Amino acid sequence: MRRIGFFTFAVGVALLPALFPDNYFVMAVGVSAGLNAILAVGLNLLMGYAGQISLGHAAFFGMGAYTSAILTTRYACPSLIALTAGLIIAGVIAWLLARPILRLRGHYLAMATLGFGVIVHVLMVQATPWTGGPDGLNGIPPLNLLGWSVDSDLRWYAVIMAALLLAIGLSLNLVDSRIGRALRAVRGSEFAAQMLGIDTGRAKTQVFVVSALFAAFAGSLFAHQQSFVSPDSFNLTVSVELVTMVVLGGLASTYGSACGAIALTLLHEGLVVFEDYEMMIHGALLMAVMIFMPQGLFIGLSQGARRLWRLKNKASA
Amino acid sequence: MKDYGWKIILAAALLAITSLAGAVEPIRIGSFLSVTGPASFLGDPELRTLQMVVKDINAKGGVKGRPLELIHYDTGGNAREALSFVKRLIQNDKVDLIIGGTTSGDSLAVIPEVEKAGIPFISLAGAVDIIEPVKKWVFKVAHTDRMAAAKIFEDLRKRGLTKVALITGDGGFDKSGREQLLKLAPEYGITFVADESYGNKDTDMTPQLTKIRSSDAEAIINFGFGQAPAIVTKNMKQLGINLPLYQSHGVASQTFIDLAGAAAEGVRLPAAALVVAEQLPSSDLQKPVLLAYKKQYEAQYGPVSTFGGHAYDGLMIAVAAMERAGDADKAKVRTEIEKTQGFIGTAGVFNMNPTDHMGLNLDAFKMVEVRNGAWKIVE
Repeated sequence: MRRIGFFTFAVGVALLPALFPDNYFVMAVGVSAGLNAILAVGLNLLMGYAGQISLGHAAFFGMGAYTSAILTTRYACPSLIALTAGLIIAGVIAWLLARPILRLRGHYLAMATLGFGVIVHVLMVQATPWTGGPDGLNGIPPLNLLGWSVDSDLRWYAVIMAALLLAIGLSLNLVDSRIGRALRAVRGSEFAAQMLGIDTGRAKTQVFVVSALFAAFAGSLFAHQQSFVSPDSFNLTVSVELVTMVVLGGLASTYGSACGAIALTLLHEGLVVFEDYEMMIHGALLMAVMIFMPQGLFIGLSQGARRLWRLKNKASA
Repeated sequence: MKDYGWKIILAAALLAITSLAGAVEPIRIGSFLSVTGPASFLGDPELRTLQMVVKDINAKGGVKGRPLELIHYDTGGNAREALSFVKRLIQNDKVDLIIGGTTSGDSLAVIPEVEKAGIPFISLAGAVDIIEPVKKWVFKVAHTDRMAAAKIFEDLRKRGLTKVALITGDGGFDKSGREQLLKLAPEYGITFVADESYGNKDTDMTPQLTKIRSSDAEAIINFGFGQAPAIVTKNMKQLGINLPLYQSHGVASQTFIDLAGAAAEGVRLPAAALVVAEQLPSSDLQKPVLLAYKKQYEAQYGPVSTFGGHAYDGLMIAVAAMERAGDADKAKVRTEIEKTQGFIGTAGVFNMNPTDHMGLNLDAFKMVEVRNGAWKIVE
């Protein structure tokens, strides 16, 4: 059943550019929606399944992006090696941070991760010789996958969507593994999980690192795709937006978080035409979703669809 | 059947309207500005100016008989937004030319995209990096921070001051200005004896100024925009530091004098001629252009700002290029913009060429000083 969902999604994603060739909303918006979805799927592992909050996830996103940007522009490093370096740096920092930070709970954990995000952002702004300061770094070369240069919108669409499918696949597998079950136990009750013989500290560290790796991976792709990076893209607002995507889509649902990310990205693009009223409509829609679909967009909508289906069957019977 | 009849008539009418509209296809001007956010005091007058000038041109019959259509998005000063809006302008709105990029960050972010798409882009931001090295499709109409630095140093040299303290904020404008000041200083024999920084949202700069007071500085340069430079000016007065203070063109507006109050007296800065338009001699080439723009803007929106002037210059240069090119063909318009010669704008007289995509020289800046709560030209 779960496989069917995955394949439907894959086929849908592949058909879109064929149905709407050269369409801005598929090619350009699709790419940013895809990147956001990778981030949301990663953050959902931490927030949705393990029940830990992170208000500093943009920091890992930024680490991946800046590592790729700095290595490729200043040291002419091949993009795949830069990407790997970004993953290693983000992974190691996440691992070092996880133990002390994940001892905290609730508001304290939120504050600690928020602080971490702010520190990384300040570094990006202030370490001008490395990061280019507030104006960021320019002229990042296109991603080069073993000789295949990703330099057109269509190629980017293909790469990002393949990455998204990979992220979703990994997430689904992880959730259904021993670690995934351990995480859900941690989310239910940390004490109970310990009683069951789960090393909760280790489980939380693992998921924090995995989540950071997802973000750094998206960051590297983002840097190459935009061909520039600046601290604006990794500030507190971005971290909060990511949390919104996960919560809006539906906590503890891989498709839900991807769905939330895509919905929010499209919403922003769609509402731009309202100019001054954009934020108002945006806020009202978010509130409405949270009031009427507290489990999130994905679960709310699929339940709604199921109910309609049943009603229809009853009516025809 | 009746229903169908109506629908067919409606469809026919719609078709007629669209084909009529097709006959006078408008020239689409794309724009992305920071109308909200920290740089809103730059972006807001820019957008108003663009709207005003477009309306004006359309009332006079458009460009080569085609009306202009302005498509604008607000970036809120976020470079990532700027890039996605530029993609949208190019791919979805299919604009013929782009004017925008209020901040240097916004402008720099979109350069790879406009270069790839091959569309003329006129930036309204300051950083010299935007046009150096020269990019085929990118032009710029605002004075560079390097020009501001040079103008300040020239004035320091005239006054015989060589030891200078620097205090800047953490924004892109501040940092880029600081870099140019440090780079240019040796040419003018200036040495920096202090180099302090503050956060642009800080509300008190006394600690940094106290440090500067204990140095042997003969003058202070503060490079920034928004509230912070006014606070620096006030704090200096409170600490009784009686050194000449130079600000940047980023605060060349009445707002700065209002914010800093009496402490602003004697502050000098390089500014576009627009802030002192009335004081210019009547022989000045720019004077009629400045006064006309000022009159038109102030009749609709209130006090004029030099930043709105950049939008005026950008749009008029583009329109002149389209007139010369005969249509809005991107490649032709680009070539014509590059050939802009002797164009009298609000920022100065523009003389572009293939190696200079801005075309302003140092004369475009006037050194001004606050006297009795108003800007006066320093001779």
